[in-house]
Amino acid sequence: MATAPAAEVGAVQEFTVTVIVRRFDPEVDAEPYWQDFDVPMYSTDRVLDALHKIKWEQDGTLSFRRSCAHGICGSDAMRINGRNRLACKTLIKDLDITKPIYIEAIKGLPLEKDLIVDMEPFFASYRQVQPFLQASSKPEKERLQSIEERARFDDTTKCILCAACTSSCPVFWTDGQYFGPAAIVNAHRFIFDSRDEAAQVRLDILNDKEGVWRCRTTFNCSEACPRGIEVTKAISEVKAAILRGKP
Amino acid sequence: MTTDMTLDAPRTPHARTKRGINWEKWGWIYMRVSGVLLVVLIFGHLFVNLMVGEGINRIDFAFVAGKLADPFWIVYDLLLLWLALIHGTNGMRTIVNDYVANARVRRILHIALLASTAVLLVLGTLVLTTFDPCPAGADPELVASFCEDIL
Repeated sequence: MATAPAAEVGAVQEFTVTVIVRRFDPEVDAEPYWQDFDVPMYSTDRVLDALHKIKWEQDGTLSFRRSCAHGICGSDAMRINGRNRLACKTLIKDLDITKPIYIEAIKGLPLEKDLIVDMEPFFASYRQVQPFLQASSKPEKERLQSIEERARFDDTTKCILCAACTSSCPVFWTDGQYFGPAAIVNAHRFIFDSRDEAAQVRLDILNDKEGVWRCRTTFNCSEACPRGIEVTKAISEVKAAILRGKP
Repeated sequence: MTTDMTLDAPRTPHARTKRGINWEKWGWIYMRVSGVLLVVLIFGHLFVNLMVGEGINRIDFAFVAGKLADPFWIVYDLLLLWLALIHGTNGMRTIVNDYVANARVRRILHIALLASTAVLLVLGTLVLTTFDPCPAGADPELVASFCEDIL
């Protein structure tokens, strides 16, 4: 039997990472403040694992949302090193760990505690675009759709409502009345669905003063989307549909 | 007891929101249309003024007077003035909306933008439409060649 080599090829490296979290407890603090933690991490770890280690081993008062931890529930969108990312999809090895990792709550929504924001304004504008199928026909079986018709809105079906796009949008930061990219993406998903009959209603809603015309094509939303949705393209398609008067 | 029926009955279809002109939409369209026209107009302006013939060396009062004696260039410059100024002002309005959170400061800046644009548009239009290429008593050396017949 050979003894285990000292440095095995492909072994998981361990290192200490400095994580600086923007903390805020509304019952104690008047203003948010930055607190740093030294966390032992493996190269296979994610930012979410760092937050777990802090909460479980160092400071149990750290508050953040997470549910599935596998990039599909959309709970843990946060601002990591100044960019909106899902903590569960951001690997430590992809960040520059010679410098501290800065983590704060997403911007533009009311801060509740630590990394938790009030998502209600975000969901309110989501509800306004009527994000559900509206059809008058009652078929015996399923509603048929060709592969091409399905492909038309495939990109926007991927949204997980994490708010990374909307909270990265500079227009949304200063104008909270703006629908925001996520609501427009979810409107796009039904506007271009051949089975849906309320496209005109949604186009009318988004033709509002605070609708798609507020979009400035800065591409922050497309850059932030953890699902790789071409958000800015979807918004532009909705703009074009409004000008055409039909999807 | 009288009650105002403010709630829609269930299954009432979405009512089209009543409004006048959709300024945000037309502003957005204006930026695109004027942008395309301005690319052509600005490069045409630069080409004619700086590249043709002796280029920049022949620009003097006579050159400008000669251009503004031609109705084509008056229309050209009027288009350039109005399209570019309104395009720029709308862009500035957008930047103010993005960066100014205080409603009062925002309003003051919007009014200042509107006022300065209006003044510049009126002044520019006045110069272009009332320009006299052959001012009375001017040195014949300095004015356009066709002024000899008039002076």
